[in-house]
Amino acid sequence: MKKLINDPQHVLDEAIAGVAAAHSDILTVSHDPNYIVRNSAPVSGKVALVSGGGSGHEPLHGGFVGFGMLDAAVPGPVFTSPTPDPILAATKAVDGGAGVLHIVKNYTGDVLNFETAAELAEADGITVRSVVINDDVAVKDSLYTAGRRGVAGTVLVEKIAGAAAQRGDDLEAVAAVAEKVNAQMRSMGVALSPCIVPHAGEPSFELADDEIEIGIGIHGEPGRERIKLEPADRIVDRILGHIVEDIPYVSGDKVLLFVNGMGGTPLVELYIAFRRAAEALAGQGIEVTRTLVGNYVTSLEMQGFSITLLKLDDELTELWDAPVHTSALRWGR
Amino acid sequence: MGLTSEWARAWVALSAKVIAENRVELTALDRPIGDGDHGENMNRGFTAVVPKLDSLAEGSAADILKLVAMTLISTVGGAAGPLYGTGYLKAAGAVAGQDELDGASLVAILAAARDGIVLRGKALVGEKTMIDAWTPAVDAAAEAHAAGKSELEILQAAASAAEAGAVATEPLIARKGRASYLGERAIGHRDPGAQSTALLLRAAADAAAA
Repeated sequence: MKKLINDPQHVLDEAIAGVAAAHSDILTVSHDPNYIVRNSAPVSGKVALVSGGGSGHEPLHGGFVGFGMLDAAVPGPVFTSPTPDPILAATKAVDGGAGVLHIVKNYTGDVLNFETAAELAEADGITVRSVVINDDVAVKDSLYTAGRRGVAGTVLVEKIAGAAAQRGDDLEAVAAVAEKVNAQMRSMGVALSPCIVPHAGEPSFELADDEIEIGIGIHGEPGRERIKLEPADRIVDRILGHIVEDIPYVSGDKVLLFVNGMGGTPLVELYIAFRRAAEALAGQGIEVTRTLVGNYVTSLEMQGFSITLLKLDDELTELWDAPVHTSALRWGR
Repeated sequence: MGLTSEWARAWVALSAKVIAENRVELTALDRPIGDGDHGENMNRGFTAVVPKLDSLAEGSAADILKLVAMTLISTVGGAAGPLYGTGYLKAAGAVAGQDELDGASLVAILAAARDGIVLRGKALVGEKTMIDAWTPAVDAAAEAHAAGKSELEILQAAASAAEAGAVATEPLIARKGRASYLGERAIGHRDPGAQSTALLLRAAADAAAA
C-alpha cells in the first residue's frame, strides 16, 4: 500500500501543521496539546462548541472550525480518541463565559475521554454540556452493544448547533437543538474496500474483490452483513430502506439528504448514489429540501459512502441556511 | 508486617516491564475485536510513568498510584486511558494516608480500582471487558484476606483469578466497547483489556514477592 506520508509517527503533527498553514485566515493550531481553534476564540458571551475524536475522518472535525460552526476541534491520533487534557485545554481556550457544548460521536473511547475532560472543566468552573451523536442505524440490538455509533450526521449537528450558538442561543438551547438534530437524523454506510491505518500498515479488515460490507462504521468496524457487489441503485435502495423505516420518515416529510463519501469513492459515483436516493425518496412522497454531497466524514482511503437523512422543520432549515465560514463548509458570508 | 510504598514503586516498574514485553501480544489481541492499538497505547502510558517515579522519591503508595492515574489519563487515549486512569485514581484514594498496607488495604485497592472502572465504563461481569478479570480478582483477594492469608498470598490469589478471568472472556459475546459491534464474531477472541489487567495484577504479586 502506498501512502503520501513521511514517518507514520508524525502523521498527525504534520497534518495539523498543514491545516494551520493553509487556513490561517480562519483558525489557529496548538501543538502539544493538539487542538484547532477559530481565530476569534473565545467569543465573549457566545456558547462555544468543541468536538473531536480520532484523526483520519477529515475534514471532520478541524475542517468545520470557524464562524457559525465549531469553536475548537481536538484531533487524536488516527482512529484513536484524544486524551482528556487536550480536550480540556481546547475547552478552556474557547470558553467565552456562556458555557461549552461538547459534541461527541458515540464511540467508547471518545465518550470516556470527553466525559473525563468535562468533569475536569467543571472542576475549573466552566459549564459543559455534552451531546452524544448516535445516528448509525446499522447497529442492531443497541441494548446489547455500546449503542448506535456516531457517524456522518455529526456534520449536520455541528453546522446547525453552531448556527444556534452564533445567533446567541444559550447553552441549554444550543444543546437542545443539537439533541433535536441527533434525534431526527439517521445514517447508514457501505464499504467497497478497507482502509489502512498508517502506523498499522495493514488493512483494518479484509474484503474480497467482489464483496461489500453493508452498515460499516467510520473506522471500518463491521456492520450488518457482507454481500456480493451490486449495482449502485440496488445498494442505495438497501441502505435507504433501513434508514427510512427506522424513524420512520413518511410521506410529507421535508428532509435534508446527505450523501457522504468515505474518502476513496469519487464524486462522480457519489452523484450516481445521490440521484437514486433522491428518486426513491420522491417516490415515497418524502421531499428533499436541502442537500449535501461530498467527502465530509471520511475513513482514510476507504471506498464507500453513507447516506444521512435529517427531518427538517422551519427552525432547522433556517439554521442550516445560516452563514458559515470554515475550511470545508462555507456559504452566506 | 504489611507492604510499603516500595511495593507500589516496584509494582509500577514491573508493570511497565511486562506491558513492554507483551506490547505486541496485546495489540494482536486487539486487532480482531478492537482497533489494534491496545499494546501500543498501554506501553506509551507506562513508559511515560517510569521516569516520573524518580521525582516522587518521598511519595506514599497513594501518591504513586495517583501519579500512575494522571499519567495514564493523559497519555494512553482510547478507552483504556480513562478506564485504567480512573481505576488507579480510586485505588489511590482507598489508601490515602497509609504508610503501611495490610491485607485489608490491598483488598481495598483492588475493589476501589474495580469500582472506579465500573463507574467510568459501566460494564458488568460477562460483557467481555477488563471487568471480567477485575471482579474475580477482587473476590479472590477478599476471600484470601478473610482466610487470614498473607499480603503476598492475597495478591497471588488476585493475579491467578484475573488470569483465569481473562481466559474466560474468550467464548463471550462482547456487550461493551468496539467489540460489541461484532456480535458473534467476537467469540473465540480474548479481551485485550482483561489480558492487560491480568498482566498488571501478576506484576503486583511479583512485586510483593521480590
